[in-house]
Amino acid sequence: MDPCKLTISQLRTAYKAGELTPKDAVQSLAAAIEAKDGDLGGYLSHDLDSALAEAETADPSLPLGGVPIAIKDLINVKGQPCSCASKILAGKYTSPYDATVITRLREAGAIPFGRTNMDEFAMGSSNENSGIQPAKNPWDPTRIPGGSSGGSALVVAADTAIAALGSDTGGSIRQPASHCGCVGLKPTYGRVSRYGLVAFASSLDQIGPITKTVKDSALLLRAIAGHDRFDSTSVNQEVPNYLSGLTGDVKGLKIGLPKEYFAEGLDAGVRQAVEKAIAQLEAAGAETVEISLPHTEYALAVYYIIAPAEASANLARFDGVRYGHRAENPTDLLDHYRRSREEGFGDEVKRRIILGTYVLSSGYHDAYYVQAQKVRTRIREDFTEAFKKVDVIASPVCPTPAFKIGDRSDDPLQMYLADIYTLAANLSGVCGISVPCGLVNTEGTPLPVGLQLLGKAFGEGDILRAAHAYEQAVNWRDLIY
Amino acid sequence: MTKTRYLVSIGLEVHVQLKTESKMFCACPVQFGEPPNSLTCPVCLGLPGSLPVLNRGAIEKTIQAGMMLGCETPPLVKWDRKNYFYPDMPKNYQISQFDLPLCLGGGVPLYELAYPKDAQKDIAHPGKVVTLTRIHLEEDVAKSTHHESFSTIDFNRAGTPLMEIVSEPEIETPEEAVAYLNSLRQILVYGGLSDADMEKGQMRCDVNVSVRPDGQTELGSKIELKNLNSVSGVRRALAYEIERQIEAVENGEKLIQSTRRWDDDLGETFLMRTKEEAHDYRYFPDPDLLPVQTEDMVAKMRSTVPELPHEKRARFVEAYGVSDYDASVLASEQALADYYEKAANGAKDTKKVANWVINNLLSALNDASLTIQDCPVAPEKLRDLINLVESGQVNNNQAKEVFTLLFESPDKSPAAIAKERGFEPADDSEVEGFCDQVIADNPDKVAEIQAGNDKLINWLTGQVMKASKGKANPKAVGDILKAKIGG
Ligand SMILES: [Zn+2]
Repeated sequence: MDPCKLTISQLRTAYKAGELTPKDAVQSLAAAIEAKDGDLGGYLSHDLDSALAEAETADPSLPLGGVPIAIKDLINVKGQPCSCASKILAGKYTSPYDATVITRLREAGAIPFGRTNMDEFAMGSSNENSGIQPAKNPWDPTRIPGGSSGGSALVVAADTAIAALGSDTGGSIRQPASHCGCVGLKPTYGRVSRYGLVAFASSLDQIGPITKTVKDSALLLRAIAGHDRFDSTSVNQEVPNYLSGLTGDVKGLKIGLPKEYFAEGLDAGVRQAVEKAIAQLEAAGAETVEISLPHTEYALAVYYIIAPAEASANLARFDGVRYGHRAENPTDLLDHYRRSREEGFGDEVKRRIILGTYVLSSGYHDAYYVQAQKVRTRIREDFTEAFKKVDVIASPVCPTPAFKIGDRSDDPLQMYLADIYTLAANLSGVCGISVPCGLVNTEGTPLPVGLQLLGKAFGEGDILRAAHAYEQAVNWRDLIY
Repeated sequence: MTKTRYLVSIGLEVHVQLKTESKMFCACPVQFGEPPNSLTCPVCLGLPGSLPVLNRGAIEKTIQAGMMLGCETPPLVKWDRKNYFYPDMPKNYQISQFDLPLCLGGGVPLYELAYPKDAQKDIAHPGKVVTLTRIHLEEDVAKSTHHESFSTIDFNRAGTPLMEIVSEPEIETPEEAVAYLNSLRQILVYGGLSDADMEKGQMRCDVNVSVRPDGQTELGSKIELKNLNSVSGVRRALAYEIERQIEAVENGEKLIQSTRRWDDDLGETFLMRTKEEAHDYRYFPDPDLLPVQTEDMVAKMRSTVPELPHEKRARFVEAYGVSDYDASVLASEQALADYYEKAANGAKDTKKVANWVINNLLSALNDASLTIQDCPVAPEKLRDLINLVESGQVNNNQAKEVFTLLFESPDKSPAAIAKERGFEPADDSEVEGFCDQVIADNPDKVAEIQAGNDKLINWLTGQVMKASKGKANPKAVGDILKAKIGG
């Protein structure tokens, strides 16, 4: 039995049956990483010794006892590097503390193992903005794995991880999960503590699981979710047992289909796969109804004002004064700041810092930032209205399957469109899941695509139940479009 | 040509460190004098991934400060990020409050003793109240020390709750600015909100000052002064700057909005930057912190607001019959006021108690380099001593001697000390005998008294006192003499 190929629940069963030990799992993963990851670039680093030491004392009776979890390289794990795939931190920063999700994972018995590749500071949709190394899609290494949690998705897809944590600011969990054929869940804003997650856009960021199955997603979410007094934006609301809601039954579930999400620009194969998946849910007893999210067309613009604005402040701390990259022989303080940041940050990060600084500047602040906040409220209201009528909203995750590495790197706007279906969930704070719904033949290569199910605030139970029912009803790897 | 008169407008921005257990956004303790960077955590070091959590105690204390200063606290307040790069600021933004601060309006009443000593005789606007614009709550920065070829930063101070109290430009002289700072400090110390010591950096202030010819309604160009490290420095800097600005205007120079640095050693201000070079702080609401509803905290703090210095002064005049001046001195410090009230409680003459506290007690404390908090003499004992004088048990001079001994042996009672020293009132019959003797010896004086020259009673009293070797109570002696001579 190769532990790398197992899901969390299968691994736990194997532990309980005495067929495997946590040490076996860690060692097998290390071997798999050695064998496969050099080409795929999913991991930035991993600490085998500390993982083995933790495996030694792991308690398999705990909910995630002895399960290694790969961690996106912007979540702090004490004693491990946390580079955010940026030259400004790589090799120059070791985290002195555990993020709350890491504390919770440890309490549940899990072993944080490996730091996964990503777009630098989570800014990107293809992982091409990693400041450290390229990341490739296991289904076709000439293609992007998606982003920004590209590493987390690809290591799960490539069986070099059992499961992983990612972060989603505009689609950064769901979109790479869709491109790699994994399950990716973005929780409701406030469901999971952000303490210890290096902030990109604080009002949009959420940590979530990337897994092989919906059941694993439920397991992992339950472990990390819940109120945290160290994060004022985390919400004090009980965490349901998501697992017990996975009944396979969707009878009476009302699914909204936003007409704006099935308009032009959507790849024919992706449309087919998604529509087929919805039909499958209907066949299982769900009702579908067309809905409208009228402010959808503004979401991208609003997102690219609010996210860079927050990022421009969040990334100001990387200045080479206390940690991270520091320019050599600065002539004065300003020169120190300028060159440390110029040398440390990549182009996309710089682009967004400049954009964010601009939209907050005196004279532009009201026209951009304030206006964007108003439109954000409208977008949020769209979802509030919609969820009065339906339980979940179904849509594609991404307009196209994974594109070729380098195809869009010269056109930021084209790149930004990759998140067109996902970012409204971050702007409105609702939860969303991407569940694989088939393969789309793209230039001769079958590439996975995902079905996105959005749920109301704290409606993770609804989307997990629907995604699980769908997953159980089909074998998505056999559905080729 | 008549000389133009100039109007001066001064506004102050005062930063005050709040006395709280922990920092503004983390659990690190607020303490001074600890080894550098020992009171830090990922939050106050601004490490990647850390998040701020509001310190409710600091919010409540700021609301209390606002209540003591007559401010309004809006029902909803929020925190914003103020963006600028500075090595002392670990996030390169400061969490502050932009458009929804904790307190709005209010004012600082300037009291007489708050003016510089040499200016107390000539106060232009007695009872002036300087209007406040707002008070907001933010985080303090770290502290840099510059060495020859490098600098060090101590983050122990970073994240200390800091109130910024902003006044309207209603202050008209450097002396009023001094009175403003002292009055404000007194209120904050009264509330136990801060020690507000400028020399210790617990209270820091920036001032802005402009001049305009009398008759012009529009304010002149606002010039901000930085690096003011003491109350007297504020006075000196303002005096210099006002003169500089007037001279500039007289020379036909156009003043422009700018920031200047005060050099206390040279006694001059120097241009730091003009308006064009000013920071654009790019304020926006901090997405890590939710807006705060203040209603519950306002209700809670309402019951804890202490009596204000000016309220106390008025009450002392009313309740104890002391002069305005004595009331000001007694109310200048909460501990002194408390001491006085305890001593006045059960005293036969509360005005006398005020005299004793202000003249005898404070100078004795001063000589012994003690504060009122460490005063060895319990207020009740001081009261007992003064009551001994009032009841004629001891006279004033004896009382002073008892007081000195009491200061050294505070466990003894004033009565016991008086007894040890042999300060006993003379026997009634003995005193009467002395009176008869003095009347008999001075028939001419007695005749004059009978003719209406009352003042001579005092001379006769003196004679009796002499005869009794100072043991008799002069007041009682006077009464006996009057009765015997007949009026
Ligand atoms: Zn701290």
